[in-house]
Amino acid sequence: MSANLKWKAIFIAGVILVCVVGLVGIPDAPKSLSVLKSNFANRIKLGLDLQGGTHLILQVQVQEAVSQETDQVLDNITKQLRDKAIRYDELRKLNDTQILVHNLAPEQAGTARNLISDQFPDWDISPAPGEPSGYLLTMKASHIADIAQRTMDQAQETIRRRIDALGLTEPLVAPYGQGENEIIVELPGEGDPNRAKSVIQAGGQLELHLVLDSTPYSSEAAAMAAHGGVLPPNSQLVQGKSTASASGQQSAESWYVIDRVPVVTGRDLRSATAVRSTKNIGYYDVDFQLSTEAGRRFGPFTEQNIGKQLGIVLEHRLQTAPTINGRIDDTGVIEGQFGEQEANDLALVLRSGALPASIKYLEERTVGPSLGADSIRHGVQASIVSLLVVMVFMVVYYRLSGVNAIIALVLNLIILLAALAYFGAVLTLPGIAGVILTIGMGVDSNVLIFERIREELRASKAPVSAVDQGFKRAFLTIIDTHVTTIVSAAFLFIFGTGPVRGFAVSLAVGLLANLFTSVYVSRVIFDWHLAEMPREAELSI
Amino acid sequence: MEFFKQVDLDWMGKAKYFFALSLALLVVGGASLIKNGGPYYGIDFKGGTVVDVRFAGPPPIDTIRNGLTQQGIVNSTIVPVSDIANPNTNEVLINLEEKGQGSEALDAGKTAILNALHVTLGSGEAGKQDFNSVGPSAIADVLVRKDPLSLGAAAGDRYTQLARQLVNFRDKNHGGVLTNLNDLSAAGANAATIAALRDSFYTSNFAIINVEIVGPKVGSELRRQAVVVTLYALMGMLVYIAFRFEWVYGAAAVLAVFHDVLITLGLFSIFHFEISLTVIAALLTLVGYSMNDTIVIFDRIRENMRLMRREPFKLIVNRSINQTLSRTILTSGLTFLTVLVLFIMGGQVLRAFSFALVVGILVGTYSSFGIAAPLVVAWNQWRDQGATAVVTGTAAGNKLRKT
Repeated sequence: MSANLKWKAIFIAGVILVCVVGLVGIPDAPKSLSVLKSNFANRIKLGLDLQGGTHLILQVQVQEAVSQETDQVLDNITKQLRDKAIRYDELRKLNDTQILVHNLAPEQAGTARNLISDQFPDWDISPAPGEPSGYLLTMKASHIADIAQRTMDQAQETIRRRIDALGLTEPLVAPYGQGENEIIVELPGEGDPNRAKSVIQAGGQLELHLVLDSTPYSSEAAAMAAHGGVLPPNSQLVQGKSTASASGQQSAESWYVIDRVPVVTGRDLRSATAVRSTKNIGYYDVDFQLSTEAGRRFGPFTEQNIGKQLGIVLEHRLQTAPTINGRIDDTGVIEGQFGEQEANDLALVLRSGALPASIKYLEERTVGPSLGADSIRHGVQASIVSLLVVMVFMVVYYRLSGVNAIIALVLNLIILLAALAYFGAVLTLPGIAGVILTIGMGVDSNVLIFERIREELRASKAPVSAVDQGFKRAFLTIIDTHVTTIVSAAFLFIFGTGPVRGFAVSLAVGLLANLFTSVYVSRVIFDWHLAEMPREAELSI
Repeated sequence: MEFFKQVDLDWMGKAKYFFALSLALLVVGGASLIKNGGPYYGIDFKGGTVVDVRFAGPPPIDTIRNGLTQQGIVNSTIVPVSDIANPNTNEVLINLEEKGQGSEALDAGKTAILNALHVTLGSGEAGKQDFNSVGPSAIADVLVRKDPLSLGAAAGDRYTQLARQLVNFRDKNHGGVLTNLNDLSAAGANAATIAALRDSFYTSNFAIINVEIVGPKVGSELRRQAVVVTLYALMGMLVYIAFRFEWVYGAAAVLAVFHDVLITLGLFSIFHFEISLTVIAALLTLVGYSMNDTIVIFDRIRENMRLMRREPFKLIVNRSINQTLSRTILTSGLTFLTVLVLFIMGGQVLRAFSFALVVGILVGTYSSFGIAAPLVVAWNQWRDQGATAVVTGTAAGNKLRKT
């Protein structure tokens, strides 16, 4: 064997070694076949379609956060204009990102403009169309994008914390798609998606408000009527169930008039736990503890308001309105006649913080484990049978050279699977399609080369030059077919999502591996064989 | 062994038959698509709810339908799953079409379907769960609480393992539907364990093996995306081939691939296969195959144009196809065998997917010599008619030598 050939062989052996290590691992060196098998199964991650599990795609309603920001800015501007004694008729929110100032005093327009550009750099001010002294404040696009990004990050983080708390194996929470504010949640294996869904979806906005009117109203209209049709300033109306009836039974829906600004919100919580209710036997409550900082606010507040009611508002609904009996520094309880799991989940949601915006489900798929197992079994059986058919045919048709093709093909598969294991890529059904295309193109490369070599032999060339010419000529074609397909795989990867991407990844990796195995490895084997065999012997092809 | 030594067929002389055949296939497929109002989209592209239920015996379709009606579901369809390899799958798909409802309505639809199944079919005993619809953790919980093996406090791991074993047995040996808890003795559960399970579980004669809910927005978005992505990929290939050969080769190759996809879609419509995301992957695979085949022939044409500069272009193309015929038949034959095995053995999930590949490889192979090559020849003839009366490959050959 020539030195050159030896180095090539060593290189190939190195690649094989790296791949095999990637697939079955050295750290826990395989001692038996079953260890080998389980190592392999751990390295190759299966997609949900093969493994079973639940896949959710949800959309964060980012515009809610944008709208909230506009609300805050509206409040802020109102205050600033008042401080500067700038006169106007009306200031109102036009839509999620625009505020209209109606009839601004013309002589103060300059001051107002300066104020806006100084204090609210994220907003543009321009004359409102069709209004001589009206102005339009528009949130800058860059700021909207900022808010959207922040909201997405926060939502993803919150959802991840909530899902993690459920204690499932290897859940995935990741951004999905392109710019549609979508998040993908994958929960492999068993499990009821409904619990995960309700935990994800729970808004988790907890607010503690002072209740202004000591008796709840039986309807919205009654509450309005009690105040002469207009609610007192800085108050709001929330719905809830009245729990304060004498019989201790839940009565019908009631309406409460509460302070607009909460004393404490979910962000001030330090912890929350579900506990057995001492009042409603058989039910659960949620105890919560406030952070030290919030406790410092809460203590004086409760002291000042002894005898009044404190409304515990969860997701814009009043849960309970206990009477403040004394100073409370940092603990509280939410009573809501919860079941055990319900209380646990609520505590979990409160601990993980509120979602910055609400969430909409776009897609839910649950693949039962038996279906996934079916798909794998059938897929693997079919792959093995077809690989065998191809191998037998190659040996029958190309004799010894067919063995060479089989080595290249098997090596191609090993490299492909090892690359998937190293990248941590997930094997899905479309991914298997990519593998099939790879096998097809691998066989094709070998057939192209072998047919070319046969042509050269037919033209009475010596085996050595026939092999050389065959590889050289076929190489051009192989490069063209491979590059074309890799180009298309690149486009699929860039513009596709989910399954299409899985297909593109396994295809591109497989084709690169194939260039190595069917061109480089096959050539080395041929060269080695040619060097070993007697000069006048015929090539077995 | 060798199948073809020297073939000398006049492929381009038969181009008009190829075009006629393709036209016929396109018209038949197109007619079927028009008749059916477009392709049969699977839930991925259409939106809606699909619940896949497997039964222990033949599915009681009428009972299910009554149950669904009682739950107020009227716009559902129940389709028995029949499979070529396995006609008695005992599976049904309950489809609930999305008719402009929001995602909340879809969710409610799913809940109602599951309720209907449990109410009408589950021999539900109060306070017990259906053994076929619980996971290992629920079973492990029950075992830990009852402790039938008297393992004491630290038995959690042992029971978790046992629960996994039982679920595995249910899913692998009974296809997910266990009708009698006593059967679990074969999976290593002793009498005490089975008795403990019986206190908490009952067995129904069905299992829900797959649930999919796709919101309406996702469906249309995915449909748009699939088309856009495929077009981008085709464009990328066109540019590369144009760069390596000549633009007309790129255009011909892309047209041929387009033709393959259209014919496959037509056949999907004729044979009532649904288009799902996996099928899109298969269509992309067939695009890859067909392109591969075409390039192999084009490559030979390019090479032969240098060798046979004085020959008519038509002859060069014929020679190129004949020279590569052996590899075309071998490669296509082998890959066809591969996907045929997948089609027959791959199970119901892979059926539509492998059908696309079976059709795609046949059509894709045919289109490279039947469509792509004749298109290039036709273009050459049309271009040369103006310049010279004699049609030779010289002009194209000169041009191509640069590449």
